[in-house]
Amino acid sequence: MRRQLEGSRAIAETVARCRPGVIPAYPITPQTHIVEALGTMVRKGTLTSCRFLTVESEFAAMSAAIGASLTGSRVYTATSSQGLLYMTEAVFNAAGLGAPIVMTVANRAIGAPINIWNDQSDSMALRDSGWIQLHAPDNQAAADLHVLAFRLAEELSVPVMVCVDGFVLTHAFEPIDVPEQEIVDAVLPPYRPRQVLDPDAPVTIGAMVGPDAFTEVKYLADHALRSAPAVFERIAAEFADAVGAPQRRACCVQDYSTTGADTVVVALGSVTGTLRDVVDSVEGVGVLTVTMYRPFPAEQVRAALAGARRIVVLERALASGAGGIVTSDVRSALAGLDVPVHTVIAGLGGRPIGAASLRELLTRPGLGDVTFLDLREDVIDRELGREAVHETDRETAYETDREPVAERDGQPAIEFDREAAGEFDRELDSQPALEPAGEFDREPAGEPAGA
Amino acid sequence: MPAQSVKFYQVGSRAVGNRLLDAELRTEQSSADRRNSITSGHRACQGCGEALGARYVLDTAARVTGGRLVTVNATGCLEVFSTPYPESAWQVPWLHSLFANAASVASGVAAALEAQGRTDIRVLAQGGDGGTVDIGFACLSGMFERGDDVLFVCYDNEAYMNTGVQRSGATPAYARTATTEAVGPIPGSRPGQGKDLPRIAMAHEIPYVATATVAELRDLEAKVEKAMSMRGPRYLHVLVPCPLGWGSAPAETVRLARLAQRSGLFPVFEAEHGEVTSVLPIRDRIPVEEYLRPQRRYAHLFNDPPRTDLIERIQQIADRNVARYHLNPHEAPRETPLEISHEEGA
Ligand SMILES: Cc1ncc(C[n+]2csc(CCOP(=O)(O)OP(=O)(O)O)c2C)c(N)n1
Ligand code: SF4
Ligand SMILES: [Mg+2]
Repeated sequence: MRRQLEGSRAIAETVARCRPGVIPAYPITPQTHIVEALGTMVRKGTLTSCRFLTVESEFAAMSAAIGASLTGSRVYTATSSQGLLYMTEAVFNAAGLGAPIVMTVANRAIGAPINIWNDQSDSMALRDSGWIQLHAPDNQAAADLHVLAFRLAEELSVPVMVCVDGFVLTHAFEPIDVPEQEIVDAVLPPYRPRQVLDPDAPVTIGAMVGPDAFTEVKYLADHALRSAPAVFERIAAEFADAVGAPQRRACCVQDYSTTGADTVVVALGSVTGTLRDVVDSVEGVGVLTVTMYRPFPAEQVRAALAGARRIVVLERALASGAGGIVTSDVRSALAGLDVPVHTVIAGLGGRPIGAASLRELLTRPGLGDVTFLDLREDVIDRELGREAVHETDRETAYETDREPVAERDGQPAIEFDREAAGEFDRELDSQPALEPAGEFDREPAGEPAGA
Repeated sequence: MPAQSVKFYQVGSRAVGNRLLDAELRTEQSSADRRNSITSGHRACQGCGEALGARYVLDTAARVTGGRLVTVNATGCLEVFSTPYPESAWQVPWLHSLFANAASVASGVAAALEAQGRTDIRVLAQGGDGGTVDIGFACLSGMFERGDDVLFVCYDNEAYMNTGVQRSGATPAYARTATTEAVGPIPGSRPGQGKDLPRIAMAHEIPYVATATVAELRDLEAKVEKAMSMRGPRYLHVLVPCPLGWGSAPAETVRLARLAQRSGLFPVFEAEHGEVTSVLPIRDRIPVEEYLRPQRRYAHLFNDPPRTDLIERIQQIADRNVARYHLNPHEAPRETPLEISHEEGA
């Protein structure tokens, strides 16, 4: 049944129907509504057999998630932006340990400058952390993907991030059908952990692995991850059948008007809707939405793009100093095909991606390697002009015949005391090694001997 | 201050050895069917206090819980020497995640057990001083504050040993480490007392905080047993000499731990809900010099001429501990603890 719901609320209700056992939570906008709703459900007793843990940081949230998951509970958490980066070490660790945690990432820009609005820099930064990444194109998909995510995670024993554009989806009210409990239960059986901390069958989890086996461990993890596209599509079909809604069947990549299209725009997330609207009125342009971004479904992307004569990748993140992030994935998927791939950086820090701008972009005669959509050229020109004034200063700053800075200010120059420094080095060198001191006083005689 | 009840110690005790005790009073370790939670054959250095402490802690915890125990380990020597894949020294369920997060991982384990209705299984987390007082501090404080049902054990060898003896927040004043070399006017670690985590833990008013050393092993066992008889967050801080990092002879580990306690530098006590409830009294206090001398990390204090000024400052720290915890029944209790100036060069 479709109800008018906030995206976050729909996600929370769906997650609750997945019957998580432990939810460690930490606030950060725009994710917070999700965990607030879940916390309230636990308090009210509508979500039972669940511990809602208010931890002191995202690092602790992911750490507690790891502990709970490896103790055999189904675990959910959510975060955004700075929070995702703050838990980074534990995010990689969860994947390495094969803990099938599901986490919503309400996509948000990363500071500085601090910015709470949507782009995808956060999840992009962790794209190679060993997690499966699913990107929701709309709120119905956002809800549905969480059911699929738990099943996928638990089948493969790999953690899954469900990426949802912050505000654009998390705070938007739309008619959404939260999958019914019976449907969720049918698709998602109780969690059966692959390995678990259990006094009746003690195991060591998280041992130190050296050069002799580390490569093999990584190979096998990669192998498991690469099976995700096929498993995902099987589960998605099963889910769509259970719901009785073929249009809700998720795919790793979804094409729209690509047949015979000259140009195909590749995108992730909520911009899909706008793009589809735009290409309806622009001749010869199709859209390819990537829902599973990690592992990257290269074969499917290649198949979907094979007929195009021009590819435009719309990126909501920027690899500073390099260009488009998804672009490099698309380029390697197309290796050997002679088709230009253009990067368009759009919607950073919450700047709306408007239909008019997209239409202009897609009908522009020549498109450069990297284009920033709606870049405010006047601001850039003014700032670069001011920079140019300082440039001469910077160039002369390292000239050796210049006076020492301190002296110029009427202060004596700071000199490096080579003599004193040498003294220090000699003192350090003369230190004996930290081996036991010579005089070991024995215990007084008569002390009982060791057992 | 009430003194701790007398316990009979296994080795080096002035009381009585194991063999003279009734079987039920003997340490876990003297029993043929001890749990062997951490088996021999691991790769700790000879004389490693941490390995010794962990064996006593884990075997006791395993015994009193009837083996219904799950453990979480921070990165550090204990983790590294016990689990070089494909070997593992652990006979108990054991999880290592990261350096900083043992307390949070343990919180997650406890939460899962609670959600599953399996609260008969108990959770013990452990780490070194670095993983406890420095990088793991926020996670630990959060675990305390939330009231999670976890015993956290810190094996304090007073430095980051696993990375080659660098200074941690628990490194004592003037101790030489690889990042606080014994050079310059103030040699070794900065003047101060190190981060006093037992007292910080007490400030959280958690049910149980205790300190112990690997010299008083029966005491250590009793404290683990007591801790496991309680619920909620509990903290045990164990002094574990490290021959490699302290520059001491492997055979001296237990004796050094005892000298640390007898000098007053390492007060041994128990506290419940923020109040000290008992102390291990020092009836025959030794000057700190006796404890410092056998350790190469303090050798620079005993050059010619010796740094009597710095030794005196360390003595003051010991005196203040004795006063603060009323460790010596023969010294009148002091109202205001001794002030110690920690200014550089003072
Ligand atoms: C985040 C992070 N920083 C640094 C390290 C490197 N590291 C591993 S063990 C260790 C020292 C551990 O010291 P401590 O906790 O006192 O335990 P000990 O080895 O002394 O028993 C360090 C610094 C790490 N593994 N992870
Ligand atoms: S370095 Fe110290 S703590 Fe580490 S194994 Fe050796 S003795 Fe034990
Ligand atoms: Mg240490």
